[in-house]
Amino acid sequence: MNFDDTPQEAEFRATARAWINANAPKQYEEELRKSSLGRTVLKNADILEVAKAWQKKKADAGWACLHWPKEYGGRGSSPIERVIWQQEEGPFGQLSRMFIIGHGMCGPTMMAFAREEHKRTYLPPLASGEKVWCQLFSEPAGGSDVAGLRTRAEKDGDDWVINGQKIWTSGAHYSDYGILLTRTDPTVPKHKGLTMFFLDMKSPGVEVRPIKQASGASDFNEVYFTDVRIPDHQRLGEVGDGWNVSLTTLMNERSAIGAAVSTGFPELFEYCSSLMLDDGPAIEDRAVRSKLANWAVKASGLKYTSMRAISALSKGERPGPENSIGKLVAGSMIQDVATYALDLQGANGVVSGEDAELAGRFQAMLLRAPGTRVEGGTDEIMRNIIAERVLGLPGDIRVDKDVPFNKIPTKGRA
Amino acid sequence: MNFDFSDDQKQLRDQARKFLAEKCSPKAVRVVLDGKAPYDKELWKGLAEMGFLGVAIPEEFGGAGAGHLELCVIAEEMGRANAPVPFSSTVYLAAEALLIAGSDAQKKKWLPAIASGEAIGTLALFEGKGNPSPKNVKLTAANGVLNGVKKPVADGAIADFAVVAARTGSSGRDSDISLFLVDLKAGGVEVKSLTNLDPTRGQAEITFKDCKAEPLGAAGEGWSILTQVLDRAAVLCAFEQVGGSDRALEMGRDYALDRIAFGRQIGSFQAVKHMLADMYVSATLARSNSYYGAWALSTNAAELPEAAAAARISATQAFQHCAKNNIQVHGGMGFTWEFDCHMYYRRANAMALGLGSLSYWEDQLIDRMRKKNAA
Ligand SMILES: Cc1cc2nc3c(=O)[nH]c(=O)nc-3n(C[C@H](O)[C@H](O)[C@H](O)COP(=O)(O)OP(=O)(O)OC[C@H]3O[C@@H](n4cnc5c(N)ncnc54)[C@H](O)[C@@H]3O)c2cc1C
Repeated sequence: MNFDDTPQEAEFRATARAWINANAPKQYEEELRKSSLGRTVLKNADILEVAKAWQKKKADAGWACLHWPKEYGGRGSSPIERVIWQQEEGPFGQLSRMFIIGHGMCGPTMMAFAREEHKRTYLPPLASGEKVWCQLFSEPAGGSDVAGLRTRAEKDGDDWVINGQKIWTSGAHYSDYGILLTRTDPTVPKHKGLTMFFLDMKSPGVEVRPIKQASGASDFNEVYFTDVRIPDHQRLGEVGDGWNVSLTTLMNERSAIGAAVSTGFPELFEYCSSLMLDDGPAIEDRAVRSKLANWAVKASGLKYTSMRAISALSKGERPGPENSIGKLVAGSMIQDVATYALDLQGANGVVSGEDAELAGRFQAMLLRAPGTRVEGGTDEIMRNIIAERVLGLPGDIRVDKDVPFNKIPTKGRA
Repeated sequence: MNFDFSDDQKQLRDQARKFLAEKCSPKAVRVVLDGKAPYDKELWKGLAEMGFLGVAIPEEFGGAGAGHLELCVIAEEMGRANAPVPFSSTVYLAAEALLIAGSDAQKKKWLPAIASGEAIGTLALFEGKGNPSPKNVKLTAANGVLNGVKKPVADGAIADFAVVAARTGSSGRDSDISLFLVDLKAGGVEVKSLTNLDPTRGQAEITFKDCKAEPLGAAGEGWSILTQVLDRAAVLCAFEQVGGSDRALEMGRDYALDRIAFGRQIGSFQAVKHMLADMYVSATLARSNSYYGAWALSTNAAELPEAAAAARISATQAFQHCAKNNIQVHGGMGFTWEFDCHMYYRRANAMALGLGSLSYWEDQLIDRMRKKNAA
């Protein structure tokens, strides 16, 4: 049990720190430091442009996607070096949220299933942020039950022809490529008839329509496919094996999202430390302290859980379903934290945006939080994963398990 | 950075687990639970022979001189087995107080006796309701004698000696408190056993009447020593609580796989699955916080006070959460004396109070975080 850097780790930290100090976009530091879930916007700049510029700079100097192999645009770093980098990058790390789907999910899936020449072509510009990727899994009829999706892929010569609709696709409106899960055989049970591809989002027949979220922002989209052609060499994994391929993506998704998700606690603690209530400083109020302490130990518990996972990773163990707990705990926590922060503001908590307390930081958090509990697998699905894969409890009863896909009912009520 | 126990420490864990599975079966625990013995003497002797009682006591004082990480590993197993022995009062409280503040002579007298299982020790701090606080210490020390009543004193009825918190001043400051060492077998004390939530670990009321006592540590330093003792004990107890949480979760999981209702294993009902998943989550958060506490304890890091409070809160919550839901998973069976569920429920709720209540530690944590942020 050791929290101190080894000499090599200390040297790595010093090099990283020096480079960040000399190169980071310092003019945005203050704004990035204040950002929290629901509010990574920059006042006088396009956040995507700023994020891309920072990512490119990192890539040119060998600091992008640290844990990826060098030939794919990474640095071949150890998991611990990656953590050290994140610690040193601090608020500038907020900018890489723009690439989380590409770096966290699409990249690892490409690495595991794409042809070598494709890896060398597509991965470096993904690492450097020049090309942005999205994940086209969810559909109106296939969310938690991803395998219920209906987008068809039909073989036509050396190509596949895609027709159907995806939904909730984050970043599709600024993405260059996407990984796409399709149905290639509707006559077999649902998990057996799926196939995965990657495609150019600018292909003819792809149409992206932004969706306005509950928060008011538009980060995700509907994507329509009309006779979109994908060459067979862009298939990831075998025909009919798309379910297995997607499990690789989803496993990576959980650790990527789980590790990055914020809890809202540091913001709340800071707020309570300065806030004056009617009877004095909030931090001296018995009830406030009790709430804070409860959230403090959840936040620290998550932090040290991920450190334990990293220690396991650096000993060569694979990331397991345990990683589901990060998102599960942080998701409802941030919702509760935001609700509580507004409660402390009393009637004025109702005001959001620039006129609100702290320029609406907690209001924005409150309005974004419900999405965290849904994206990347809902709370219920996370609990199922823990119960089934960690604790070994029986799977849910699945009435459609052995039924050919085209015989499964499509509506709950007639 | 490496945030895990070493292979040697894991081996020690396996060894302790095996030993306790053999010597501390639920049946053995029940001998104490049913009031047929005040504690498991055989087990206590065995723990001494295994070197577990003195694992963190330096070799020069008869211990194994291994360290606190090793003690954490053993603590977890003690909690998992629900061991009915005065381990926490003797090893975490009395021995740690001696290690921090004892004179050479005091250490030579008591530490080897602890390591060999000959002496049981405890800390006499509380005086009725209320949390650890200098103002709650009314028992007085003057001219080398103590007068007053301590209650509850963990394992007080079987202890050979006690570290006693006493009032030696009236300035209203922490420096009013000093610590004393009392040989409970030497007279001047009256001990009464108290019924308590967890009969597998006794509680007593001790009345001191002109009882001879020797100072432990410098006069006026009592509160500062106590704070250190409580912080260390908080981490060690957290490991017991983590062990207990894990065991309660495991019992619930096993029962959910065995019990059939409506033609299915009850573990296939999502409400039951999700309850168990939530138990896993709280046990995992507690384990991670406790690992951080273990690191801080073993390196005597400046982070110890904050880490100890976080481990304490997290592990207390987890053990209570797992123990109560383990009963729920077991249904009516869980509420019977025959099933072991209530032993963990009792232990979880007793442990939640022993070092000061949850709300006390919440207060401590926030104070400590504030101090750190201000610094
Ligand atoms: C902000 C955001 C970003 C997203 N980004 C992407 C993206 O980039 N790419 C992408 O492919 N998808 C994305 N998604 C989609 C996301 O993965 C799905 O919304 C999610 O998996 C849930 O599916 P659903 O919305 O169809 O809800 P449903 O599956 O219809 O769920 C409705 C309710 O039923 C519950 N439920 C369903 N099945 C079970 C079960 N077996 N047991 C218990 N309860 C159950 C759910 O927990 C939920 O409460 C995003 C979603 C959000 C909110």
